Amino acid sequence: MLEIRGLSAAIEDKPILKGIDLVVPQGEVHAIMGPNGSGKSTLAYVLSGREDYSVSGGSATFDGRDLLEMAPEERAAAGVFLAFQYPVELPGVGNANFLRTALNAQRRGRGESELDAVQFLKLARAETKRLAMPEDMLRRNVNVGFSGGEKKRNEVLQMAILRPRLAILDETDSGLDIDALKIVADGVNALRRPEFSALVITHYQRLLDYIVPDRVHVLAGGRIVRSGGPELAHELEAKGYAGMVAEPA
Amino acid sequence: MTAAVHTGVAGFLAQYEALRGVLPGDRRERDAAAEAFRRAGLPGAAAGRREEAWKYTSLRPVADASFQQVSRVFDGRHLPHVDAPRIVFVDGAFRADVSHLPGTVEFTQFEAFGGLARPDRDPLVALNTMLAEDGAVLHVPGGVDAGSVVLVSVGNDRAAFHPRHVIRMGQGARMTLLELSLGDGVYLHNPVTEVFVAEDAALTHVRLQNEAAGAFHLATVYAEVAGAGTYDSFVLNLGGRLVRTEAHVRFTGPKGVAHLNGAQLLSGSQHADFTTVVQHDAPACSSRQTVKHVLAGRSQGVFQGRIEVARVAQKTDGYQMNQALLLSPDAEIDTKPELEIFADDVKCSHGATVGELDAEQLFYLRSRGIPDAEARSMLVRAFLAEALDAVTDETARGVLDRAVEGWWERQAA
Repeated sequence: MLEIRGLSAAIEDKPILKGIDLVVPQGEVHAIMGPNGSGKSTLAYVLSGREDYSVSGGSATFDGRDLLEMAPEERAAAGVFLAFQYPVELPGVGNANFLRTALNAQRRGRGESELDAVQFLKLARAETKRLAMPEDMLRRNVNVGFSGGEKKRNEVLQMAILRPRLAILDETDSGLDIDALKIVADGVNALRRPEFSALVITHYQRLLDYIVPDRVHVLAGGRIVRSGGPELAHELEAKGYAGMVAEPA
Repeated sequence: MTAAVHTGVAGFLAQYEALRGVLPGDRRERDAAAEAFRRAGLPGAAAGRREEAWKYTSLRPVADASFQQVSRVFDGRHLPHVDAPRIVFVDGAFRADVSHLPGTVEFTQFEAFGGLARPDRDPLVALNTMLAEDGAVLHVPGGVDAGSVVLVSVGNDRAAFHPRHVIRMGQGARMTLLELSLGDGVYLHNPVTEVFVAEDAALTHVRLQNEAAGAFHLATVYAEVAGAGTYDSFVLNLGGRLVRTEAHVRFTGPKGVAHLNGAQLLSGSQHADFTTVVQHDAPACSSRQTVKHVLAGRSQGVFQGRIEVARVAQKTDGYQMNQALLLSPDAEIDTKPELEIFADDVKCSHGATVGELDAEQLFYLRSRGIPDAEARSMLVRAFLAEALDAVTDETARGVLDRAVEGWWERQAA
């Protein structure tokens, strides 16, 4: 279970998150929607441990462990995964090598045995196929020369292989056509099980037709201003954010 | 031979006086070189005007070191295993007992200067020309593919040696020459190599400089490339305290190709200077240089690249890229590209990048569970891999990869 209490964070002394309260129980998928600049990506980065944000108050725990005290790699080993809005290119680093290094580092971190190259490739090929990705994607350098859609699918591939217990999807739908969107959504839905939870950050309701959330939260001005069931996403789509976001001074 | 300790310019000149009567080769060339060395001295060793060619590198530590005649010990323990014929020099002297001479190449020992080197212009070349006692002379006859040949130099503490190598590639000949430099203690390895690439010939020249941490490695190569010839060179600088690898390549016929690629991995207070001069004296030739530096500690990397395009050298294609990754705030990179172009239909470009590890890339790796130190090493390796990919010969690439692994293990220790 992810528990966020009164979380405030700033970048270069500019406050962005101004007291977030949010609980995602185990097994649930929650959506966070909100206008540009509301702090959605900041929340994703703070939860996954990016260093250029400073936390100025509040707490965030995952299964009772204080996330904010952990290094990014420790959070990953604990089961937290961030699907980046803008996946990073790694020239000179092969995708398969990257994935195997990450998987084995996490397994080491959890005291599990490492996978050898053969075991890993079997797993990676199966997941690549399931996500309708060309197999040469494993041989290419990480995200280098990938189209926008391929990069997003590569994030979902990593998620499928790393099998996190909490996935944070930061606008994974942006830049995807409808076919790619379905593939990405199928990839996420395939992970849904009682011990998996997800925080789906999106600007549009479209993705939530395919990944149906248990709860929807509206983030504006660094705070959660409304929460509700999946129907809230449709209401937002119909009315826009303007009607919902009475920005407090 | 004397056992006297010699130091500085005066020491080298005294050594020449003692050896003058017994050294091979043209004595007038030796005397002229000695005179040039007497006038020029060791760059940076004395106070006063700094030559442009030695803007970032001072040989003061060489002038201050003391060298003496040493017993030429060799126990072979440093030698990497390479499945190819090898020619071994210990403290600059050929050692038949540990060499396995190639069958496809004519090998003789140094007897006469090749004529490309310019002792009048470069003090280190003057020093070499004055004191060269031995060296490898390799001749690959026309049309012969000689495969891979390994040339090894081993240095011992307190030795100073100035080998003179000559490589002649006959018309259409091919060879991969892998040069390994290593040793123990404080010593000076000051080789000059003269390379002749005839029409349609190709020499792949891969050098692994993995000298002892206290060593001085000051190597100069002169190469002349005839029509449609290829000189494909890669230098990996890992070892040594003070290092300069200088290459002069001149195209004498059309459609020649030269690659002067390299990588330098430095730490502690190492200094390595990668200097090149490419003379396009014929049309439609292309020269490519990609040099990458990984600089830790207080190390200093230098890249000086000069491309000269003569009026006749139309359709020249010159490219130069120098990239440095600084792993510490105290590391330094100096880069100086120089283009001198007298033809009007040419394509010449140069670029330089200097940076630290990319914070976004580092976070991306760590967010996937890869620990910080491992993530950093992955990114440095990736940066280097792009340079090492220029080495397509599998044997040579394997040797370089293993040397880089060894470097990592030493850093981690």
